[in-house]
Amino acid sequence: MNEDKQNKENHEHITPYSTYVLVWLALIALTSITVTVSGIDFGMVALAIAMLIAAVKSSLVINIFMHIKFDEPIFKVFLMVSLFTLVIIFVLTFFDLVNR
Amino acid sequence: MANGTVALEEKSFYEESTNKYSGILSWLLTTDHKRIGLLYLVTICAFFIVGVILGILMRLELIAPGPTIMEAQTYNTLFTLHGVIMIFLFIIPGLPAIFGNFFLPLQIGAKDVAFPRLNLLSWYIYVIGAILVLISLFLPGGPIDTGWTFYIPYSVRSTTNVSLAIFAAFVLGFSSILTGLNFITTVHRMRAPGMGWFRMPLFIWSIYSTAWIQIIATPVIGITILLVIMERAFGVGIFDPALGGDPILYQHLFWIYSHPAVYIMVLPAMGVVSEIIPTFARRTIFGYKAIAFSSLAIAFVGYLVWAHHMFTSGISDTARWIFSLLTFIVALPSGVKVFNWVATMYKGSIDPKPPFLWVMSFIVLFSIGGLTGLVLGSLATDIHLHDTYFVVAHFHYVMFGGTGTIFFGALFYWFPKMFGKMYSIKWANISVALFFIAFNMLYFPKFIMGYMGMPRRYFDYLPEFTNLQVISTVGSWLMGITMIIIFANLIYSVKKGKKSPENPWGGVTLEWHTASPPPLENFHEIPTVTHEPYDFSQLEEMKHESK
Repeated sequence: MNEDKQNKENHEHITPYSTYVLVWLALIALTSITVTVSGIDFGMVALAIAMLIAAVKSSLVINIFMHIKFDEPIFKVFLMVSLFTLVIIFVLTFFDLVNR
Repeated sequence: MANGTVALEEKSFYEESTNKYSGILSWLLTTDHKRIGLLYLVTICAFFIVGVILGILMRLELIAPGPTIMEAQTYNTLFTLHGVIMIFLFIIPGLPAIFGNFFLPLQIGAKDVAFPRLNLLSWYIYVIGAILVLISLFLPGGPIDTGWTFYIPYSVRSTTNVSLAIFAAFVLGFSSILTGLNFITTVHRMRAPGMGWFRMPLFIWSIYSTAWIQIIATPVIGITILLVIMERAFGVGIFDPALGGDPILYQHLFWIYSHPAVYIMVLPAMGVVSEIIPTFARRTIFGYKAIAFSSLAIAFVGYLVWAHHMFTSGISDTARWIFSLLTFIVALPSGVKVFNWVATMYKGSIDPKPPFLWVMSFIVLFSIGGLTGLVLGSLATDIHLHDTYFVVAHFHYVMFGGTGTIFFGALFYWFPKMFGKMYSIKWANISVALFFIAFNMLYFPKFIMGYMGMPRRYFDYLPEFTNLQVISTVGSWLMGITMIIIFANLIYSVKKGKKSPENPWGGVTLEWHTASPPPLENFHEIPTVTHEPYDFSQLEEMKHESK
């Protein structure tokens, strides 16, 4: 392995504390929104809204706190494999649920 | 395959430790993947023997109709424990934790796994999980009696120690996840120079595919178990229809893990078969890439078939035919493997040593197990056969006839490398033959009884089943004798066996390029891989190397 590559691999992205605090505040804000909207009757859309907010929150955690945004692409591939599997499991389970 | 050299007077990993301790502490605190593999070997074999004894007791109960040596409740407990021990403590961790640990770094030319301490932690988590199972047996309330599938609603209503026993399965899951994580990282990061993805031995491909299932599927059972515990403790109503829950949701969640888990069990076995056949046929493997990719295909499609366990549970008709179709599709990559193995033997120079004989009985038993799986995967026949002995026979042919057989195959194949000793070939041959006879006596009658309508998990039966039940019970005695012969032969050989040559079978993958037993960091120097994994032209070079 040549030296350049080694240096590149050892290079760590340093996120400033301010970003972490901002993300933390964003997470708290989103949690408050989740709690607030749960009191409003959106009918069928309620679940979709809750899931959407949860998805935004988890993507913040995964990208910033878990450093996936700054890491090698292979980790994104791994993550996608897991998400893809999850989606398939959901779809197949719903073939049962919606047709019962 | 490699130009690594071996110093003849080098100390083996038995004589040199990764820590400052000696004796038992040098084992309990070791971070050496080979020692951890052996720790797993001893603990897993101990639980396997317990599982076998429970199985023999169940068969003894069934030697005659009516209560023979136990009452119904005891029988319920026995089949549950037999299932829990064999599945969670023997067959899921079995091949990856023992042989994956020992041989993954050796076969890719690494000094150890990527996270050696995490590796030791995985073993401790396994032991803690096992202890929790044992504790659940003796606490007030009594041992769990739900069957190893812990189906709702009975698992919520049962007054036995369900919560603790399933919590043990939760803990064991972490051991599995951490081992998988370790193996994936090791395969990505630690291959020796020259070992591209398509120069990896096929055992590595199968362990790699298995590791992915361990990581992605195991958390599902973890969450499911926690939900059952919450349901039992607080009545949260996730699964209980009276509280708005859905009992079939439990079955979905359980099988979303437990069906892929079947492939956690069998994929490593398929990998071992792909190692043993080329070595004893003296021929490169037929269809290397087809076998490698079929492992990944099995790992992937294995996720999509779980609801075939639920055809009679009240799932929708649409889901039924979709899952039946997917079940037929998952048989394809397994078929690819079997045809490639058989093609590898064609015109090979076959040397029928014990590991090869284990593989032969694997191909027969696993094929019967696999094909009867298709009978159960068809919607119409499944309605007749569901929850009968046919299912019991099918999964014993796949799990015990498939993975169990290869557990012994792998043990007999790699024993000289692990211990530096050779076992009695004569007794090994006898044990394979006895195993094959005992196995078919024990399980084949169950196919017939199941077809005739004998339900599984009953401690009693109608008189017309008596003859077949007796044949099966006698088969279980013969199986017990076979196990005694196998373990006696191996344990005697560890203590008093003849020293084995470094490469007794003429294998060419990297583990045969180092001493038997290997030195602490596996190779004198990290080998450079220059050959395809099953290129037997290097055997001559290897003889030269070891001189």
